[in-house]
Amino acid sequence: MTPNGWIQILLFCAAVLAVTVPLGAFMYRVLEGHEHFLKKPLGWLERLVYRLGGVTGAEQSWQAYSVALLAFSALTMLVTYALQRLQHLLPWNPQKLGAVEAASAFNTAASFTTNTNWQGYAGEASLSYLSQMAGLAWHNFISAAAGIAVAVALARGLTRKGEGRGPGTIGNFWVDLTRATVYVLLPLCLVLGLVFVSQGVIQNLTPYVQAQTLEGGQQLIAMGPVASQEVIKQLGTNGGGFMNANAAHPFENPNALTNFLSMLLIFAIPAGLTYTFGKMAGDVRHGWALFGAMAFLFLAGVSVAYWAEAGGSPTIVDRLGVQAGLGNMEGKEVRFGIASSALYATVTTDASCGAVNSMHDSFTALGGLVPLFDIQLGEVVFGGVGAGLYGMLVMAILSVFIAGLMVGRTPEYLGKKIETREVKLAMLYVLIFPLVILVFSAWSVVVPYGLSSLNNAGPHGLSEILYAFTSAVGNNGSAFAGIGANTAWYNTALGLAMLMGRFWMIVPALAIAGILAGKKASPPGPGTLPTSGPLFAALLVGVIVIVGALTFFPVLSLGPIVEHFLALAGKVY
Amino acid sequence: MSHVKAVSAWEAGILRAALLDALRKLDPRLMARNPVMFVVEVGSVLTTLLWLRDLLLRPVASEPLWFTGQVSLWLWFTVLFANFAEALAEGRGKAQAAALRGLRAETVARRLVDGREQPTPASGLRKGDLVVVEAGQVVPGDGEVVEGIASVDESAVTGESAPVIRESGGDRSAVTGGTKVLSDRVVVRIGVDPGQSFLDRMIGLVEGAKRQKTPNEIALHVLLSGMTIIFLIACVTLVPFGLYSGLSFTVTAVVALLVCLIPTTIGGLLSAIGIAGMDRLIRHNVIPMSGRAVEAAGDVDTILLDKTGTITLGNRMASEFLPAPGAKVEELADAAQLASLADETPEGRSIVVLAKERHGLRGRELKRPEAHFVAFSAQTRMSGCDIDGRVIRKGAADAIAAHVSRLGGRVPVLVEQAVKAVAQSGGTPLVVSDGPRVLGVVHLKDIVKGGLKERFAKFRAMGLRTVMITGDNPLTAASIAAEAGVDDFMAEATPEMKLRLIREEQAKGKLVAMTGDGTNDAPALAQADVAIAMNSGTQAAREAGNMVDLDSNPTKLLEVVEVGKQLLMTRGCLTTFSIANDVAKYFAILPALFMAVFPEIAPLNVMGLASPRSAILSAVVFNALVIVALIPLALRGVRYRPLGAAALLRRSLLVYGLGGVVVPFVGIKAVDVVLAAVGLV
Repeated sequence: MTPNGWIQILLFCAAVLAVTVPLGAFMYRVLEGHEHFLKKPLGWLERLVYRLGGVTGAEQSWQAYSVALLAFSALTMLVTYALQRLQHLLPWNPQKLGAVEAASAFNTAASFTTNTNWQGYAGEASLSYLSQMAGLAWHNFISAAAGIAVAVALARGLTRKGEGRGPGTIGNFWVDLTRATVYVLLPLCLVLGLVFVSQGVIQNLTPYVQAQTLEGGQQLIAMGPVASQEVIKQLGTNGGGFMNANAAHPFENPNALTNFLSMLLIFAIPAGLTYTFGKMAGDVRHGWALFGAMAFLFLAGVSVAYWAEAGGSPTIVDRLGVQAGLGNMEGKEVRFGIASSALYATVTTDASCGAVNSMHDSFTALGGLVPLFDIQLGEVVFGGVGAGLYGMLVMAILSVFIAGLMVGRTPEYLGKKIETREVKLAMLYVLIFPLVILVFSAWSVVVPYGLSSLNNAGPHGLSEILYAFTSAVGNNGSAFAGIGANTAWYNTALGLAMLMGRFWMIVPALAIAGILAGKKASPPGPGTLPTSGPLFAALLVGVIVIVGALTFFPVLSLGPIVEHFLALAGKVY
Repeated sequence: MSHVKAVSAWEAGILRAALLDALRKLDPRLMARNPVMFVVEVGSVLTTLLWLRDLLLRPVASEPLWFTGQVSLWLWFTVLFANFAEALAEGRGKAQAAALRGLRAETVARRLVDGREQPTPASGLRKGDLVVVEAGQVVPGDGEVVEGIASVDESAVTGESAPVIRESGGDRSAVTGGTKVLSDRVVVRIGVDPGQSFLDRMIGLVEGAKRQKTPNEIALHVLLSGMTIIFLIACVTLVPFGLYSGLSFTVTAVVALLVCLIPTTIGGLLSAIGIAGMDRLIRHNVIPMSGRAVEAAGDVDTILLDKTGTITLGNRMASEFLPAPGAKVEELADAAQLASLADETPEGRSIVVLAKERHGLRGRELKRPEAHFVAFSAQTRMSGCDIDGRVIRKGAADAIAAHVSRLGGRVPVLVEQAVKAVAQSGGTPLVVSDGPRVLGVVHLKDIVKGGLKERFAKFRAMGLRTVMITGDNPLTAASIAAEAGVDDFMAEATPEMKLRLIREEQAKGKLVAMTGDGTNDAPALAQADVAIAMNSGTQAAREAGNMVDLDSNPTKLLEVVEVGKQLLMTRGCLTTFSIANDVAKYFAILPALFMAVFPEIAPLNVMGLASPRSAILSAVVFNALVIVALIPLALRGVRYRPLGAAALLRRSLLVYGLGGVVVPFVGIKAVDVVLAAVGLV
């Protein structure tokens, strides 16, 4: 580890901190329908969407909100599926790529609809420009906006003063979706897209370039409208790369500045939303407590990853006596180095982005454990756009339930009593996550069609399969790689896992929102559990880590943990 | 306290009964009520079957008999210990219920039918029946006195040996079945149908027979069941993950891991905690009508306290003589005493006593025929005596002013000022006159009960707001409120205002607790979230409340709140402890499971346990023993300290969270050492 590396990490933290308040406050004004400076220049667009869609903007119950979200997602998923299957008949296909195979098209449609952006295919080799832009790029916007919508709906449920007579309303899905897209995602993408172009990210619709290499060989260099996708890929924590190499590709992520900006964009909205929530709750300090818990988990993760990668492979360093030098550079871009690669890996897995600038598969056992465990914490360390906040709020509800009892009161969160129904729904939410991951992974490791495309044996192979399903259910989308995921089994199983990880968790979250929205809130007093300040943040961290660790520790010990001990003993896979 | 008294859980009889009950509770239909322990029971059955299979068929690749046998044995112990805890908590209630049931001895009631008495068995009485009860007879059922007045010995129900007066009309008309009339004759209208009486309900409650899970208990059960499912998935999927890694786990080992991970500690003690919480209230002589009310007590934000009887002693006491200009204080005291000699009210007596204590004036024999006493009347609002030609009066300032002006005197300015000063300080001024001459003012003061200020301060620290309710004027109220240290007061209160105050507080999302005894308290009691009716109160009040205080002591509210909080805290602390325990159990069992194929994982065996089988067994044994070790805590409840929520949380997290992580490391290692030493592994 070097001072330079730590400076990069700390500089990144400072930048995240700096954008949290302005972006959070802006999103608060946008999402709650207050005045803001973009209302004049872009208001027409919002009104146009409403007129075209016949949106009245009436308040919805949680059921109506869920139905709108599910119907919208189903429809857009279908469109993306159709586009891929028919791309050979449609324009903007200069490479004359054929129709995408059914299982792969299902997987990709599910992947982009759920904000996962897992890619079982190589983008430049299988998708036409039209499929990339019309099929995928817009999902980057709307799946992110849908995440924000769910988060703000749950936030409303927690902060609205109910009448105590049955469930309340939680806003309007179409309005939330439109506002998040028009005022937050689009303007930021326009401005920053130009910045990315200025740094050398390509943006064109020309055919791939045939180049002659120095050795005299022929190389086909992929082209395409990359910059316009690059910003939303990060900002919407989508992570689906235009190129197969994702952010390790020089056309996607050419230099240190774009790399830094990319990471900042990943954390910007999730971090800002904690402040938005604080404003909605009328208690900014509570928002900071959530931020603090996330920041602590993030720093812990990045420290371990950086330490493990900088130390290099224990087998090589300890057994062969080779100096660590730069550290474990295998699978990392030289232009980013150890610190920026470890940082990027932590950021992209903490937030459910999944863009990568290095190969997580090539990390040391412990270094690779960090991205894996980050996702297994439930994507709440800043987390996906919106998804991070609603996941964190569900964890907060559970924390409050256990800790609230310890202060001798029926647990309450922001003054709302947490009772059987909320606990039931919150448990359902946390239950689905390990259920889908573990069942699919366990299934895959014992069947021939699960193992046939595996490139590595032993604990490392287990980690690869576990990582794939963890990434899918967590809607992260990054890959440990090392398995050929473009098979019928993995395309189908991972596609289902993504849909379950997204929608089976969103519906309980919205149900909690609706039920809590109708509840009366009692004002906080010295006898109520304090939900701001370091004590609450520490409690939250404790619950998140213990729930995550207790659930996944057995399988992790058979994967990365045992791999680490084997590496110490000189056995590698 | 006599009948509803503390029965120690550790009496031999109760212990024996609880052990039997623990076995009886193994019935899977009963166990299914508690999902966590049900899983353990299924695990016990499974391992027992495996052990039998191995014993009879001796298959090759399996755990040795001694290992499966011991694991299975300790799993059964885990279930039994949990059942034992519940049975023990119930046992105390059962002993109390048996004592109460003795009171229900069949009596023959004298039912009035068309004005004539007709002997009817008490169990045949229905709501609305009229019965006659005379001195020496037992009241046959709950009801209301509609005719007559009698002294009643209620010690059978309340434990209070001094008899109480019950009379028709007013707030002291309710009688309870099983109590004994000591004097006179009353007619009682029966208020309940058979099986519904107060005594019946009390028996049902203390026995726990009709015990339903309370809302928070259900929510906690949901959480624990959810965690059980998560661990079930984690353990079951570990089998294929193991197969992939070349490990084949035995069912015994997986079951052992599962049982150690699921929250058996809290799962096993949860219902005992709830029953014990009810029991603690009953030992304070408060009968909760539902478990829900006990939980709500922990959540109370605002406490409404009647001034009289709760904050102040029932009566005002003379505290000072303030002579008028030109009058001596002895002269005033003497006149005041003369005016009060025949005044049997506590205020009157306190004047006599004060005069005696301060000025050595002995109570004089006043049976002299020339003394003529004038009793207080609502018209004159004065009392006093005519003696030796003197006309001595005491009364309210305006009444005396009118009286002396009729006799040609007037009230001196300084006396008027003294009257005002006394009123402002929260006292009641009584002016004393001798003929047309005003002698001065007697300061009657509300006496605030001792120790209340400290208690209210404690409650403030807990985040509870106390509001004093009084019919006094705002000045008086403010002064007493300040002296008692309550947070707020409501002066010149009427029952309607009380009800409105409760609704307002509830609209702000607060939970309100109050006590009451009168019929006019009933609407407010019904509205309040925690309503304690005094046992001495009317039937209406007792039905509106959700708890009954047998001692009729309004300050009991404070204990009730503490018990409620203690109940919730005990649940929270043991849940935290239970979950935190899992960390150590992982470090015990996982390395043991993986060691066969991955000996390199040995450093994870941080406790240095003797062998893989010893590690698993030690964790299972520790898991069972910790339930037994925590039974006393579950029954007693964690200690409650009146601190703010933040301080409480920090403390509990440290003790039960951090402690929960550390303790099992030590415990499992200790069990391992013992098992190895004894040669069981």
